Amino acid sequence: MKAVGIIFSNIHDNDVSELARIRTLGSIPFGGRYRLIDFPLSNMVNSGIDTVGIITKNNYQSLMDHVGSGKDWDLARKDGGVILLPPYGELQNSTLYGSRLEALKGITSFIFRADEDFVVMTDCDAVCRINYGDVIESHVRNRADITLVYKKRAIKDENEKATTFDLDKDGRITGVNYKGENDVGEVDNCFTNIFVMKRAFLGDLVMDSISRNKKHFMKDVIAANLKSMKIMGYEFKGYYAGITSLQAYFESNLSLLKQKVSHELFGDRSVFTKIRDSAPTKYGNNAVVKNSMIADGCEILGEVENSILFRNVKVGRGAVIKNSIVMQNSVLGENCSLNCIITDKNVTVTDRKNLSGSMNHPFYIGKGIMV
Amino acid sequence: MIRKKKCVAMLLAGGQGSRLYALTSNIAKPAVSFGGKYRIIDFPLSNCVNSGIDTVGVLTQYQPLVLNDYIGNGQPWDLDRSFGGVHILSPYQGKTSSDWYKGTANAIYQNLHFIKQFDPDYVLVLSGDHIYKMNYSIMVNYHILKNADCTISAIRVPIEEAPRFGILNVKKDGTIYEFEEKPQKPKSTLASMGIYVFSAKKLYKYLEEDNLDPKSSNDFGKDILPKMLACGEKMLAYEFSGYWKDVGTISSLYEANMDLLGERPKFDIFDTSWKIQSRSPLAPPHYVGDGAKTSNSIIMSGSEIFGDVENSVLASDVVVKKGAKVRNSILMSGVTVGENSVVDYAIVDENAVIGKNCFIGEENSAENISVLGRGITVCDGAKIGGGQIVDKDVRGKK
Repeated sequence: MKAVGIIFSNIHDNDVSELARIRTLGSIPFGGRYRLIDFPLSNMVNSGIDTVGIITKNNYQSLMDHVGSGKDWDLARKDGGVILLPPYGELQNSTLYGSRLEALKGITSFIFRADEDFVVMTDCDAVCRINYGDVIESHVRNRADITLVYKKRAIKDENEKATTFDLDKDGRITGVNYKGENDVGEVDNCFTNIFVMKRAFLGDLVMDSISRNKKHFMKDVIAANLKSMKIMGYEFKGYYAGITSLQAYFESNLSLLKQKVSHELFGDRSVFTKIRDSAPTKYGNNAVVKNSMIADGCEILGEVENSILFRNVKVGRGAVIKNSIVMQNSVLGENCSLNCIITDKNVTVTDRKNLSGSMNHPFYIGKGIMV
Repeated sequence: MIRKKKCVAMLLAGGQGSRLYALTSNIAKPAVSFGGKYRIIDFPLSNCVNSGIDTVGVLTQYQPLVLNDYIGNGQPWDLDRSFGGVHILSPYQGKTSSDWYKGTANAIYQNLHFIKQFDPDYVLVLSGDHIYKMNYSIMVNYHILKNADCTISAIRVPIEEAPRFGILNVKKDGTIYEFEEKPQKPKSTLASMGIYVFSAKKLYKYLEEDNLDPKSSNDFGKDILPKMLACGEKMLAYEFSGYWKDVGTISSLYEANMDLLGERPKFDIFDTSWKIQSRSPLAPPHYVGDGAKTSNSIIMSGSEIFGDVENSVLASDVVVKKGAKVRNSILMSGVTVGENSVVDYAIVDENAVIGKNCFIGEENSAENISVLGRGITVCDGAKIGGGQIVDKDVRGKK
């Protein structure tokens, strides 16, 4: 049962607008050396999917740079492999797509050209390890038209626009709901934005929706056809971290400090990412590091606690870094102190600066800024 | 258009490295791990690439599996080229004769056809067991500028160490007038680094002559170079003044690793202007736990540290469990140190597993480095003294 993969790299950009201002959601750095797209892309490879289209919209230079030929995911293939699908504008009205359905319209040739039976579609808004093969298997067993993956979890914060499902006893989806700020804390069957269906079925669905001038994939195509199509739910039971806001990004990064979580995600060493060479990390005589994840190429002369350091970060003498996410090539000066800070790449914090956010409201410092 | 390369490098990587004992029982010396993420061969290979030399023949003979696997298509060093790139050259069966490489010169001789297909003007001969950063293109340019036939890279060594090296005696202008192989009473302190630039035509001539000489041991240092000197070829010493270390012995390998430590290390691998490339492991960033201590050390991705690590070099996927103490040691990738074990002044090779409450090595004993071989298991409570070399599992007395 071969499947082709489609990854939407941009769809939730607005959820984490701080980090996605200069890049796609898929190229947001995560966990010390990864980017969000590494998770769906590696999941695809590990599920035996070797033709993957990545739909992009804007700001995708960083994504192109990261994915490159696809070599690091073993997806630089003569036959299949990874294909970047930039927006396809028409000469006359060349506005960029505004919805998932419009994005799919732009890649119908990709959908029809593939010869795999199934299609797996996913976004880059979550960190999890899922075997799409299992989803396809359940899809076939249920003789479903569409299978949607959900995760039973609490709705995190007021900004999260969760889509939830009502299911009957057989797992068929009978209702689609959209949650808002009044539902925080409620545990529900939250959609993970992972779809499985026959490739030809998706092609027909998209063509049909175009001719009927439909706009919204979930509302107009899925929710409107719960009776006429067999749409099944598939519960994902593993670790799942939705990147639905800056706060959620902060928390899911720090959750990697739990051994259970990092072993589930990385234990078998099969989350692939672009390999960049850095020297190993060097600890100075007075370095004090506790409960932290440190990527290669760092130089640590100060104190680091409950934090994640990306590649090539320098922590100056006497600096105290707590509960922070420090991205690649940032330099933290001598005797500075950081608490609950997210620095983007190439940030410089000068000597003796004190910066602090709070655990439920981390402070973000943009790319290349000197504080 | 005739395609050619100005300079082709030939890297001698067939050495067994018997003085590294357990570390080279299954792998060739150039494949021995170094500095947390590298293998020794990364240094000459990266030097080649950084010097603009993109055609490298790697001559392998002894236990080549790990080395071949590691080099692969050369992609980590950007040496996966359609013309040139890195090539593994193993001994092969010929129509009329087939032989192991009999000596360094014979290894190159057997692969002359490889060199000739690139029609180079110069051939650079390197060895795969030295740690250093060097721009070969400056040396090649010096060779061209001085119109030399052979240029040998040399370094000043302390006079008391000179008897361990091949010593070059030179005139004021750098011309070599005499070789002394490991002299008892050295006349100079200029030691050969085993890096040679030859004008290609001269090299072909002397290798072909050497091959016909039944008395020759087919070695560069013993046969080819003295012969060229005797025949009046222009031979120059090129003096190098940077960090250079022959890591052919346990103690020199240990020292070279330790030279990476410190806030001003003797040998700087962080310098981004001369990057040492290597095949990187696919592992998440390393994790340092709550009760851990890490000082003056190098730690690589995938490792998990719950104990104390001091003055040590840790490669990827190393686990140091709670209460364990690792001091003054080198742990290669995949090593596990069990709860409350102490490792001091030791080199632990890849994937070795040390149980709980063990004591490996000796305190304050830099002269007696203990070595644990690849993949061995050391049972709980075992004690392995300073200077011991262990290449078999250590089981408890029952």
